[in-house]
Amino acid sequence: MTMKRRTALKLGVAAAAGLAAPRLALASDVVTIGAVAPKTGPLAGGSNVSHWPNIKLWSTQVNEAGGLNVGGTRKMVEVVEYDDQTNPGETIKAVQRLATQDKADFIVAPYGTGLNIAAAPLFDRYGYPQIAVTAITDQIDSLSSKFPGMFFTLGSTTAFASDVVNVLSKMRDEGTLTGNRIAMVNVADAFGIELAAAGRPLFEKAGFDIVYDTSYPLGTQDLSPVVKAAKAANPNAFIAWSYPPDTFGLTEQAVIEDLKVEAYYTAVATSFPAFGGRFAAAAEGILGAGGVNPDSEAFKAYAAAHEAVTGAKPDYWASATTYSSLQVLQQAIEAAGLDRDAVKEHIRSHSFDTILGDMSFKTHNNNEKYWTVGQWQDGVFHGVASTGRDGAKPVRVKHGWS
Amino acid sequence: MDIMIIGLLLGGTYALIALGLNLQYGVARIMNLANGEMLVAGGFTAFWFYTAGQISPLLTIFIVAPVAFALNWLIYRIMLEPLVKRAKTRGQLEVDSILATFGLSFVAVGLMLAAFGGDYFNYSFLAKPVTIMGDTYAQNRVAAFVAAVIICAVLYGWLNWSRSGLSIRALSVSPESARLVGINTRSLSAVAFALGGAVTATGGALVSSFLTLDASAGIAFTLKALIIVIMGGVGDIRGTIIAALLLGVVETLVASLIDPGLTLAAAYTLFILILLFRPQGLFGRRPT
Repeated sequence: MTMKRRTALKLGVAAAAGLAAPRLALASDVVTIGAVAPKTGPLAGGSNVSHWPNIKLWSTQVNEAGGLNVGGTRKMVEVVEYDDQTNPGETIKAVQRLATQDKADFIVAPYGTGLNIAAAPLFDRYGYPQIAVTAITDQIDSLSSKFPGMFFTLGSTTAFASDVVNVLSKMRDEGTLTGNRIAMVNVADAFGIELAAAGRPLFEKAGFDIVYDTSYPLGTQDLSPVVKAAKAANPNAFIAWSYPPDTFGLTEQAVIEDLKVEAYYTAVATSFPAFGGRFAAAAEGILGAGGVNPDSEAFKAYAAAHEAVTGAKPDYWASATTYSSLQVLQQAIEAAGLDRDAVKEHIRSHSFDTILGDMSFKTHNNNEKYWTVGQWQDGVFHGVASTGRDGAKPVRVKHGWS
Repeated sequence: MDIMIIGLLLGGTYALIALGLNLQYGVARIMNLANGEMLVAGGFTAFWFYTAGQISPLLTIFIVAPVAFALNWLIYRIMLEPLVKRAKTRGQLEVDSILATFGLSFVAVGLMLAAFGGDYFNYSFLAKPVTIMGDTYAQNRVAAFVAAVIICAVLYGWLNWSRSGLSIRALSVSPESARLVGINTRSLSAVAFALGGAVTATGGALVSSFLTLDASAGIAFTLKALIIVIMGGVGDIRGTIIAALLLGVVETLVASLIDPGLTLAAAYTLFILILLFRPQGLFGRRPT
């Protein structure tokens, strides 16, 4: 069998064989961890920042420490990776393959809300716990009752929208936001549409006046009409429920148009190191989705290890949560063994010590402590609002673009 | 007025994206589905030169263009020429080249992932406002537009007034008769394909100064280019330029006056209308 595989590898016949070939050790010595997420396709840019590097970091660290402690014996971790090309059909096939062919002991949750939900029935059918990270939805209650092994770590849509409203309301109370005028735009994709729908009534309830409200298609190559129109509406605050390419595109146009607002918010990718690198001084004061407490010792140690192992910096949001979700999985395996039902039960009933602080899933399988809004302050993206995490910084007003 | 200018700037970008494909499809008869990857590769190169050595993308294109030309020439000679030789009809070549270049696009994405990683890449180049007739525009877009105009003019002039250019046009109009009048169709097809690749990669280097790209972003550009080439008429440079500008202006008009959410709908409506009333494209010839 081994010979066969090696020959196949030499011939370079099948990529799948290549993935399986390194598994030469006896199955009982290792814990096989399956992973499927985009390496190509529209979500690859995000998953290659927040998702894959953490799997590499975690497995490297576990193996350097001698492996997972399963019932007193140390077992090395072996990761089998698949690229789903940001295609839900491929995600499902890969989960199936991981479960039946690769006989993975555990599978890391996929990347992105849609892909996580697409894979949930299969995780459920094969009995795997699914500790989802990048799945932000208001369906947490119904999903976790339908799929009891599905856990949520990053929060709900409404929490994200309402904390943005809270941040702005607070700025208004403090007098740093001098008016009620909000320009709100969103990417016409599930994530943006859901957030805009959640945000609209919340803004109105808080007494804000939405003076510009529009959507634009995913992949729009020129966002200058959007920013020009937003500027013409003369808003006090600009809110964009955006995805990575448009987060960059909108901000570049805002700089060029010199959009004068006291609060400027873009959603996904604002927390990426590439964003701070790209806009440098102009990024100062920009609000965005997510956040961490970058001053905590745990995060600092994590960021240093991330850079040492993967050669890249973690982002200031989902990266640390992805790593934490793997810590949860590790602690549950070490406490409950390789029995998947026992691991699920353990995750539901215990509290875990992660780099973000304690994490538990006692109500609706949902981790209720997470960061919702962050802000670039002095070159670092600090969390400024959360649902119960420590270390939030006071919000600053946005002063121009240089 | 500012809407027209924004639209033209966007149209210039689209022209850069689509011109190369037109040369490859219209002249070399290769429906190159890896066109977008070549664009992203050009963008990567510009990004790399800019972040490593602060070299302006406007200079990088003088490196990108010849390298892309050589690379595409090799791709044609090694990978596509066997297909051309064995194809009995144009239809068969089209099917074969679509399959082959579709595969090539995966290889290209894989290579770029391995070489550059899957992260988004962008950089700040000329991201400053410039005032034209009282309105502000991004300098990098204006620069790309000017470059697009120059590239289009040079290409158009070359195709119309130089001997090799005329041969390429002859090849595009009638490959069979071109051989009869002593045009070396094989080597000329390779040149046209390589030239198309060079134009695309140059376009990629230019658009990377204002678009955020990643290793697998290519397919979106291939699709846009395909629409523009078909709207303009296969094999006609003028058609591609007009169609690109038209698309840019229509998208911007809709985004500014109606709703940015409808730009895609507007683009495809325009596409359908053109296909309905001029199925051969704006400047295409009716098949006889």
